[in-house]
Amino acid sequence: MSSTTTTRLLRAQLPSRFGLLRPDFPVIPVAILASIAIMAVFADLLAPYNPEIGSLAARFKPPFWQAGGSTAHLLGTDQLGRDVLSRLIFGARVSMVVGFTAVIFAGVVGTTLGIISGYLGGWVDQVIMRITDAWLALPALTFAIFLAAIVGPSEMNIVIILGLAYWTRYARIVRAEVLSLKEREFVRLAIVAGCSKRTIMWRHVLPNVVNSAIVLASLMLGVVIVAEASLSFLGVGVPPPKPAWGLMLSDGKQGLMVGYWWLTILPGACIMLMVLSANLLGDWLRVKFDPQLRQL
Amino acid sequence: MLELRNLSTHYVSASGKRVIRAVDDVSLSINAGETVGIVGESGSGKSTLALTILRVLPKAARIVRGQMVFEGEDLVSKPEAAMRHVRGKRIAMILQDPMASLNPLFTIGDQVAEPIRVHDGVGRRTAWRKATALVRSVRIPSPETRVTQYPHEMSGGMRQRIVGAIGVSCEPRVLIADEPTTSLDLTIQAQYLALLRDIQRQRSLSLIFITHNLGIVAKMCDKLAVMYAGRVVEYGPVRAIFNSPAHPYTHALLNAIPRMGDNRRRLTAIEGQPPDLANLPRGCAFAARCPSTIGRCREEAPEEVSIDSGHAVRCWLSAKVATAAGPFVGAA
Repeated sequence: MSSTTTTRLLRAQLPSRFGLLRPDFPVIPVAILASIAIMAVFADLLAPYNPEIGSLAARFKPPFWQAGGSTAHLLGTDQLGRDVLSRLIFGARVSMVVGFTAVIFAGVVGTTLGIISGYLGGWVDQVIMRITDAWLALPALTFAIFLAAIVGPSEMNIVIILGLAYWTRYARIVRAEVLSLKEREFVRLAIVAGCSKRTIMWRHVLPNVVNSAIVLASLMLGVVIVAEASLSFLGVGVPPPKPAWGLMLSDGKQGLMVGYWWLTILPGACIMLMVLSANLLGDWLRVKFDPQLRQL
Repeated sequence: MLELRNLSTHYVSASGKRVIRAVDDVSLSINAGETVGIVGESGSGKSTLALTILRVLPKAARIVRGQMVFEGEDLVSKPEAAMRHVRGKRIAMILQDPMASLNPLFTIGDQVAEPIRVHDGVGRRTAWRKATALVRSVRIPSPETRVTQYPHEMSGGMRQRIVGAIGVSCEPRVLIADEPTTSLDLTIQAQYLALLRDIQRQRSLSLIFITHNLGIVAKMCDKLAVMYAGRVVEYGPVRAIFNSPAHPYTHALLNAIPRMGDNRRRLTAIEGQPPDLANLPRGCAFAARCPSTIGRCREEAPEEVSIDSGHAVRCWLSAKVATAAGPFVGAA
């Protein structure tokens, strides 16, 4: 509940001109996510430099407001003389693409298995749930590192790895919901009306669990972004020289000791802001979609 | 049209030790355009009988014996895939709680159109046109706008009529209504029953009406089957049963209905509880509560005996007195 209070504190006191801007709408988190998304989409236009090519003559330049900094590199340069601002902007693309696709991938796999497991029941349910239990017993990040070590690092692989690491949560939650849904009268009516099991699962059950899946997805977005950053930090994520926030954090960590703080604090702040925004948005969605918490 | 012969459905526990005889040796027949009422107290097997006819039983239940002959074929032995084309298309059903029978996320039109699309393989547009006509036929004003609305935008009575429209959407031959009016207040109930009767007459639909309201039976049904502990204890034309109930249970049920203008007579309740279906007594299931048992009642379960044309009863007393004074003597 405390984070709901935070949402309320963070909401802007804007007059509500659009239906969207209702008083409890998390304006700031959505604005942050939207600007990260814009950065990701228009990275080519927004970034002042190529993020992967630096000039060794201009290494470790501090941000412009610090002594020795210049407006040529607003947020300074890294150990290879690459522009930090450009790398952050392109890094948003990596985080967004990897975050969203991994969450969607995990969601599709988990929701599908959850519906099948919950609706069919019997041995199918037993098999899927025992796999889920075993999967949940594996520490997700360790498992992801293990997978990454096998298939090798690439953006595509990271998406698949994170999807495989996190589908179990969807499966559990969706299955629980399906168990109660399938006893509902409208599902029985579909049965006596002669619908096949497949029709019932995808036409009657799926639309009723999508809400929960979306809420879970928004909360999972934060988890997945941190996981991606962690994998990159550990060197099994997005391969360099691609600018991923986690990778920047890892590359800059030695600099922290000698005062090159911008190499770690800035990408770290980006990760934190994005995860916090995703969680606040998820929190709001959860309240909005939960009829018991919804205020009319 | 539909004939049930010695139909038995039992629930078997996972260990196989407990067997609950929910429907036991039931024989009924229903002709085109006819309404058969099925009454009985909770747990007497009415709903299981309905689920048996459509073969949508829960996993633990099994049809152990009997036949269901529908339009010349036996539904008990029909493969599941073929059975799907019977459900909703040739035999449709209205459920106990029509208020919850609609999916909250789809429009009325989509839901009325669904069986049409599933069974007749027509496109969305054609199905929607049919759905609009159906919504109109259940007397819902301005059906063109109603089909685009969602269930929560309708009143209970309207939703009920929508469920009725879904029931008849594929022009079934038989409609099973499982207590369709229990959740409605009396005036809406009367309207709904009148509508159901009109639909039935227009389409010469056979109706199986499951209820525990004998008043509705008197108004709606041609034939009546009284169920007790999974068995049909009395079966026959409604008029014959109401005028001269042959089974002590039916007699007691009729005595338990309050009558207008009769303030002197106390309503009589039936003493005791229905028996445990997993552990039925050797003799007649009703013997323990029956006011007029004879020695044989506790020893042997009575077979069905015909006492009049189309009027059958499972009671040793009737078997004995059928030739004597009257249909039923003895209840104090």
